Amino acid sequence: MLSELEACRRHPEIYIEKIREMNLPEVNLMEVCGTHTMAIAKAGIRQMLPANIRLLSGPGCPVCVTPAELIDEVLKLAARPDVIIATYGDMIRVPGSVRGRSLAAMRAKGSRVKVVYSPIDAVELAKNNPDSEVVFLGVGFETTAPGTAACVQAAAAEGLTNFTVFPMLKTVEPALRALIADPGFNVQGFLCPGHVAVIIGEAGFRFLPEEFRIPAVIAGFEPEDILLSVYVLCRQIKEGCPRMENEYTRAVSPEGNPLALAVMDRFLKAESDLWRGLGEIPGGALMLRDEYAAFDARKRFHIQYEAHEDKSGCRCGDVIQGKLAPAACPLFGKACTPADPFGPCMVSSEGTCAAAFKYQEV
Amino acid sequence: MDDAITLDYGSGGGKTSALIEELIVPLLKNEALRELDDGAVISGNERLVFSTDSFVVSPYIFPGGDIGKLAVCGTVNDVAVSGGEPRYLSLGLIIEEGFPTEDLRRIVQSIARTAGEAGVRVVTGDTKVVERGRGDGIYINTSGIGFLRAPWLGRRTIREGDKILVSGPVGNHGTSVMLARNEGLLEGEVLSDCGPLHRMAAKLISLGEGLRFMRDPTRGGLATTLCELVGGTEFSIEFSEKDVPVEPAVRSACDILGLDPYYCACEGRMVAAAAPEAAEEALALMRSLPEGEGAAVIGTVTRRKPGAVIVRTAFGGARIVAPLAGAQLPRIC
Repeated sequence: MLSELEACRRHPEIYIEKIREMNLPEVNLMEVCGTHTMAIAKAGIRQMLPANIRLLSGPGCPVCVTPAELIDEVLKLAARPDVIIATYGDMIRVPGSVRGRSLAAMRAKGSRVKVVYSPIDAVELAKNNPDSEVVFLGVGFETTAPGTAACVQAAAAEGLTNFTVFPMLKTVEPALRALIADPGFNVQGFLCPGHVAVIIGEAGFRFLPEEFRIPAVIAGFEPEDILLSVYVLCRQIKEGCPRMENEYTRAVSPEGNPLALAVMDRFLKAESDLWRGLGEIPGGALMLRDEYAAFDARKRFHIQYEAHEDKSGCRCGDVIQGKLAPAACPLFGKACTPADPFGPCMVSSEGTCAAAFKYQEV
Repeated sequence: MDDAITLDYGSGGGKTSALIEELIVPLLKNEALRELDDGAVISGNERLVFSTDSFVVSPYIFPGGDIGKLAVCGTVNDVAVSGGEPRYLSLGLIIEEGFPTEDLRRIVQSIARTAGEAGVRVVTGDTKVVERGRGDGIYINTSGIGFLRAPWLGRRTIREGDKILVSGPVGNHGTSVMLARNEGLLEGEVLSDCGPLHRMAAKLISLGEGLRFMRDPTRGGLATTLCELVGGTEFSIEFSEKDVPVEPAVRSACDILGLDPYYCACEGRMVAAAAPEAAEEALALMRSLPEGEGAAVIGTVTRRKPGAVIVRTAFGGARIVAPLAGAQLPRIC
């Protein structure tokens, strides 16, 4: 498929024309990766496509699927003078259930919040601050789960007693199943997340065509990867023959990355947890195994929470299910902006609303 | 001089004098400063451009420059793109207790060298030392005065059909500082573009009213500068990604860091608008200087969508470029 990729890079208009000539009825294609969402908006792909092809964004931004209830618990931890929160930068501006309360706001008032690029940096932080409790916010899908597991391994090897992970990891398959089970589900093909597929392989997405007869393609992140994948999905729809295709063969193998899967399996186990907008998803979260409870911030700090209704008017929950386009949200760009957000979709660098705000259509 | 700056050096007493007379004044070498009076008397009988800027970059030494070079360039460039010929600078240093004297010497040397290059004299200054933990090494404020040479410049002068130019690859400074803050993230090095723009401004001003507007795209980068140029006007700017110079190392670093090079600060680049008939010469003038050898015409002023900046993506799509809105940025200038 590589040569086809090069052709698509040089002459995207040919592929646009091929899609147009298929003369499909209205189809909804969903990308389930925040990086795809951003890449689509940045390259202006949505507007290049014929009007009958709609690209929807699904629950693919790890920060966005994290519910306000959990953010509230993180903010409570950040308020403790003995705690240093170590987090990917994406999380720090996300508000909890009270608007304006975020890690960034708390940092301004003196809470210790440190942005890290890798979980290993958080372990280093704990080593260098023996008198503080360093809590790493383990956010992400299967992409970041191996790194999160590896940092527990490193902390255990160092014998650290002041390092914990706050596990908020999610897995893609249960979320897709929850979406499909929704009575309003109206998606005719999935652009599957290339980075997640690097870890879980083609195997992780075969259930889409095999169980649900939904076309699926694992896509890379260059504009030509995405357009070619859209073309591949359209072709499957046209032929009425749903299958799993891998456009991102330069990075994704059929069975994924066995080393990463092994380290995940050793430290993490599937459990149920809350998702924003989707509620409790059985098996949709990865938590630390009981043997590593000493490194589990949920246990160390006795974290408990219950789902509660969001009264702010924020519709991020609908946005991440592809039910609401960002611009259709009454708050979008008016009351809710990246500088003063209601919900995570507007602040995460992979958020659907952030993409739509930053890269507006002409 | 001790190895590190202590609170005594900011006391106003003997050590303050030693710091100024032994370290700062000899490096900056100029008569006005040597008098050490409370203020400088400067000569000039023209319309003035006056600008000020504070510099808090972390780390204070980064690939391609340091806070001293930045502090001179930042203010010199603000004066220059406002149509002024930069002449005088003030220099305010706020130093954290314990700051290595050697680093201070390097920074002042850098100030002296850059001021010399830019043809400005540091004529007045101030030094304070704050307690350890109350500052981040060193903060610098500079103010600059220049003689106005191009009173016609401004965004109100732009017209449909005007061309937009940039003087070289964008995004280097912001990316360089981000990488310096995250050692080991990327192999190879991105150099800051930090440098003075007074020569380029002077050359472009020779175009007369064919030159409409100059700006140095610092915080918020190219994208924000373009948005500010047409925001609230009846005009739009259309440009093509393919025409905007970005170094490959900057592009890949931005990919990793999740940044967009169009929003990353430059500290030695210029964005200019020129009348269509003057654009080619403006480009040639930029390219005639080493700091402008990567210059390019990137876009045109149109009326397609008033107030908006529209980019044609390398892939063939089109979208609106929004000004930077509260993104997370480290202290880069």
